[in-house]
Amino acid sequence: MLTSTRDARRPHVPVLVTRRRWRIQPYLFLLPSLVFLGTFTYYPVLASLEMSLYQLNPSTHQQYFVGFSNYVALAADPVFGRVLSNSAFFLLGTVPVTVALALVLALLLARTHALSGAFRTAFFYPTLLPLVGAAAIWLFVYTPGYGLIDVYLRWLVPGGINYLGDPRYALLAVIALTIWKNAGYYMLFYLAGMQGVAVELYEAARLEGASAWQQFRSITFPLLAPTTLFVLLIASINAFQSVDQIWVMTGGGPDNATNLLLFYVYQAAFMFFDLGKAATLTVFLLAVLMVIAALSFGLLERRIHYEV
Amino acid sequence: MSVRASNRISTICWALGVGALAFIWMFPLLWAFSTSLRAPGQLGSQIASLWVHHPTLSNFRDAWGDAPFLRLYYNTAVVVFGILAVQLVTITLAAYAFARLEFAGREVLFRLFLLQLMVAPSSLILPNFVTLRTLGLLNTRLGIMIPYFASAFGTFLLRQAFRGVPRDLEDAAAIDGCNALQTIRHVFIPLAKPTLVAFSIVSVVYHYNEFLWPLIITDTDRARTVTVGLASFTQSAESAAQWNLIAAGTVIVVLPLLVVFILFQRRFVESFMYSGLKG
Repeated sequence: MLTSTRDARRPHVPVLVTRRRWRIQPYLFLLPSLVFLGTFTYYPVLASLEMSLYQLNPSTHQQYFVGFSNYVALAADPVFGRVLSNSAFFLLGTVPVTVALALVLALLLARTHALSGAFRTAFFYPTLLPLVGAAAIWLFVYTPGYGLIDVYLRWLVPGGINYLGDPRYALLAVIALTIWKNAGYYMLFYLAGMQGVAVELYEAARLEGASAWQQFRSITFPLLAPTTLFVLLIASINAFQSVDQIWVMTGGGPDNATNLLLFYVYQAAFMFFDLGKAATLTVFLLAVLMVIAALSFGLLERRIHYEV
Repeated sequence: MSVRASNRISTICWALGVGALAFIWMFPLLWAFSTSLRAPGQLGSQIASLWVHHPTLSNFRDAWGDAPFLRLYYNTAVVVFGILAVQLVTITLAAYAFARLEFAGREVLFRLFLLQLMVAPSSLILPNFVTLRTLGLLNTRLGIMIPYFASAFGTFLLRQAFRGVPRDLEDAAAIDGCNALQTIRHVFIPLAKPTLVAFSIVSVVYHYNEFLWPLIITDTDRARTVTVGLASFTQSAESAAQWNLIAAGTVIVVLPLLVVFILFQRRFVESFMYSGLKG
């Protein structure tokens, strides 16, 4: 996809001349975007840092400086520990499974057949549902006694379990919904990636007697590595930034069993009005996102050089 | 057994296996549709069935009466298309600058833009809430829209498309006396149309489905969007175990996008695919 950039680098005199004359123009073109990015992306990052050093006095409604004591309090907060382990569990429970499932679905659906399109639609449509709508439907999937699991999977699981009300199962239940919601989306990226793999490679492999598994291991999977990286990146970022289903299904409960980092920010800020704590949590969330970004930027950059 | 026969058998196995999985994937949605048509008052495992004996629209009437869906639809439409309209302007200008103009700090600025891909406004709900309160934009549709007016994702997509525009066309426009804005309008935008369509679809879907930000920005129905309405509607109906109502409310909210999707299936799937390819 990126090969066209070569044309752009071709030296070209007439345009360059007019360009020199209008030095300010590029900045004018970037200005509208920069105004909004500055106000709603860069400034809030700095504002969170500053707010995390203050505490709200509930009686006077005045902010007063407290240094790093919000950070100290957070380290001692048992709920924060729970939220961190939940978030890690959620990340490890959703990302690898969703990505693997997406790859399997793409492999299954890559063939041209009259039914392929319909099947793709069946796996893709959850992408278009609002997460709150999907969660509303899945509330019934998990309803004990007469919900979809208890009615249709009675031969597989013991009935009567209150999946969303039981701290042992609640996070797993949320993870299952999240996997169902996203697998079809990531599947598309794999299908797109597979279109780029040359058919000749498979023909050559077949001529040499390679089995389907060998073809996958030595052709498909390595050549899809950039796609895998990209999907892992989006899935990881998503895992920290979408908590709508928590709001609908569990409210973070029972007993904080499904409380995730962003949801805890929401609770601290808009339910408990502890702005200092919410800001400190935001800083922590941003740090996590930055680490993911830093890891993947390095990897993605290598990908771009490789493709150009 | 001949090769052709064994091929046919493997195709049938494929169709049955993948078909079964696809059916499981569809089941929650199918259930929501059939339950939304089921007469209230049915109990127990009947509710889990996909079969509806005497379909009725009464759930939709009740749900429509319980939540101001018309208002919510209107707010959502304004928000979604408002965001898109502004985004198309901001990303076109920025993408052109990054794709075609030379200027100091281009690399640094581009990286600054990309930061938004990592830190979506949803993780900045607290500081952005404080900003909106200062600006007096709480409980307004503009408040829901404004953090999304710039799009790093759109800028990135469009920059890639603009880089593929042949230089000769640009020069021809320059010779005809077009300034930069006219060149963008007559050369770049027409050639980047597939990208603009893809971005528009992804943007509309994303913002139609957005929940947390509109939730905290609004506390009345004045500016609320459908997702916020559905969530509070679901909460009250769930406590009364009114599954017919929840199903009807959910169908009301998911239907517009699904209908458009069914009409333009290919476009949708390609747009989402394309957004990944280019990302």
